[in-house]
Amino acid sequence: MKASAPGWKLWLLLIPYAGLLCVPLYNFREPALFGIPFFYWYQLAWVPIAAGLTWLAYRSVRDEG
Amino acid sequence: MKVDMAALAVFVFFFLLITVMGFAAARWQRPKTLAQIDEWGLGGRRFGTWITWFLVGGDFYTAYTVIAVPALVYAVGAYGFFALPYTIIVYPFVFAVMPKLWQVAKDNGYVTAADVVHGRYGSRALELAVAATGVIATMPYIALQLIGIATVLKALGLSGEVPLIAAFAVLAVFTYSSGLRAPALIAFVKDTMIYIVVIAAVLLVPSKLGGYGAIFAAADQAFQAKGAGGILLSASQETAYATLALGSALAAFMYPHTLTGILASQSKNTIRKNAALLPAYTLLLGLIALLGYMGHAAHLQITSPNDVVPALFKTLFPGWFAGFAFAAIGIGALVPAAVMSIGAANLFTRNVWKAYIDPGADPAREAQVAKITSLVVKLGALLAIVFLPTQFALDLQLLGGVWILQTLPAVVFGLFFGWFRAPALLAGWLAGFAGGTALAWVNGLKPLQALPLGHASVTVYIGLLALAVNILVAAIVNLVPLKRVSHA
Repeated sequence: MKASAPGWKLWLLLIPYAGLLCVPLYNFREPALFGIPFFYWYQLAWVPIAAGLTWLAYRSVRDEG
Repeated sequence: MKVDMAALAVFVFFFLLITVMGFAAARWQRPKTLAQIDEWGLGGRRFGTWITWFLVGGDFYTAYTVIAVPALVYAVGAYGFFALPYTIIVYPFVFAVMPKLWQVAKDNGYVTAADVVHGRYGSRALELAVAATGVIATMPYIALQLIGIATVLKALGLSGEVPLIAAFAVLAVFTYSSGLRAPALIAFVKDTMIYIVVIAAVLLVPSKLGGYGAIFAAADQAFQAKGAGGILLSASQETAYATLALGSALAAFMYPHTLTGILASQSKNTIRKNAALLPAYTLLLGLIALLGYMGHAAHLQITSPNDVVPALFKTLFPGWFAGFAFAAIGIGALVPAAVMSIGAANLFTRNVWKAYIDPGADPAREAQVAKITSLVVKLGALLAIVFLPTQFALDLQLLGGVWILQTLPAVVFGLFFGWFRAPALLAGWLAGFAGGTALAWVNGLKPLQALPLGHASVTVYIGLLALAVNILVAAIVNLVPLKRVSHA
């Protein structure tokens, strides 16, 4: 991992861990979305967010080969 | 049980289709020869982004997942959903670690994690520990895929062991002849079918059951009536949920079958791109998990939670579509089972056979030994399922997760820093392996341990606890002056 300018983007990879491993942050029912309790749609929403963050990290290191 | 002919016909059609594909795969991407372990066991390390996406997706999200995750959600509720955070946070780890591992393997022609460990530390003992752990953790995993096939065969009304043995004979023979190319090619069919099935289920089932609100309400009522489980976690389940997700994520790519998919990629960027693209399967898994609650809303009468998905499809869909869904699950078992047997065979060939029995083996000989080992491994799994109680495979698979996690320090740490020495890592592995097994044993083969914390207690995943012990012991042994351990 380079310490160069885009290197900070690799820290983005830690965000999903914070968002998903702090379970008390999301272990409740309301607000529900289309009848789906918060607990479920919150975690499902992390799928595209985590994928997006990983894509940003990829763009910052892809030239390293 | 009545056999639904439409369902059976669709099922048999797709099984025949993938049988033909499995044999044709030997000619796919035309290798000069398959008589080389790199070609047979890693597909020549030429799989680009899309092939890797289908292969790793088809291999990591197994048929057993499609059966067992909804079954757990059906039985206990929110707790069973831990598979979702697990399969999200696994990918940043893959992104950070696997390109480095791939590079080391590519540069040195390594085929297994144990090869990488031997190359890094020059320790045959540590190599053997990693290889043996990989093989014994994988065997029960293959057996679980058989349980997946057996579940859908039962739902089709096919009883007895003959259909199961026939399905596995097909798998064994095409893996033998085509190597990793067979599951890679079949994964295209399997994954496409699973996507169709799940999207159809998620769009159509809620309208038949009165919407998601009604589905969650039905599940909530069922748990309250039962007095156990719930659609939210109890306070004491929260740390169990988080540590299970983290521990499983760290363990997932230590397994030989997932690593085989990684090492077969074409480049580091193939792996990085896949870390961003594979979460599409996680979304699918989250939706599959919700099928467990749909089972409550549909008021299914089932004897085992494992029957919830097959029963749901049989109840709510026409026979031909149920047959399509069952074929997707059945084929979904063959892809990971093939890759698992290849990964285990590679480990045995490179790190046991070549290391101890036949050091002069050339690549052609290696490929031959690996092909035969893959047959033996699958036969072992089949015999275990036919002759031993199913619970035995389930317990072993659970322990397998604890065990494979103990290889992480040896496999991963050396990629980033050189402080640990082989004897220390071996001592750590032993402590984690033995300690984790003992803890699981005293907890009645459950993966969770309650720890006192002040006057409360928190419940944590034993695999993660054992990993902490593993690293601690390794650090302490590593601090012992070199003189005393230099001959260890």
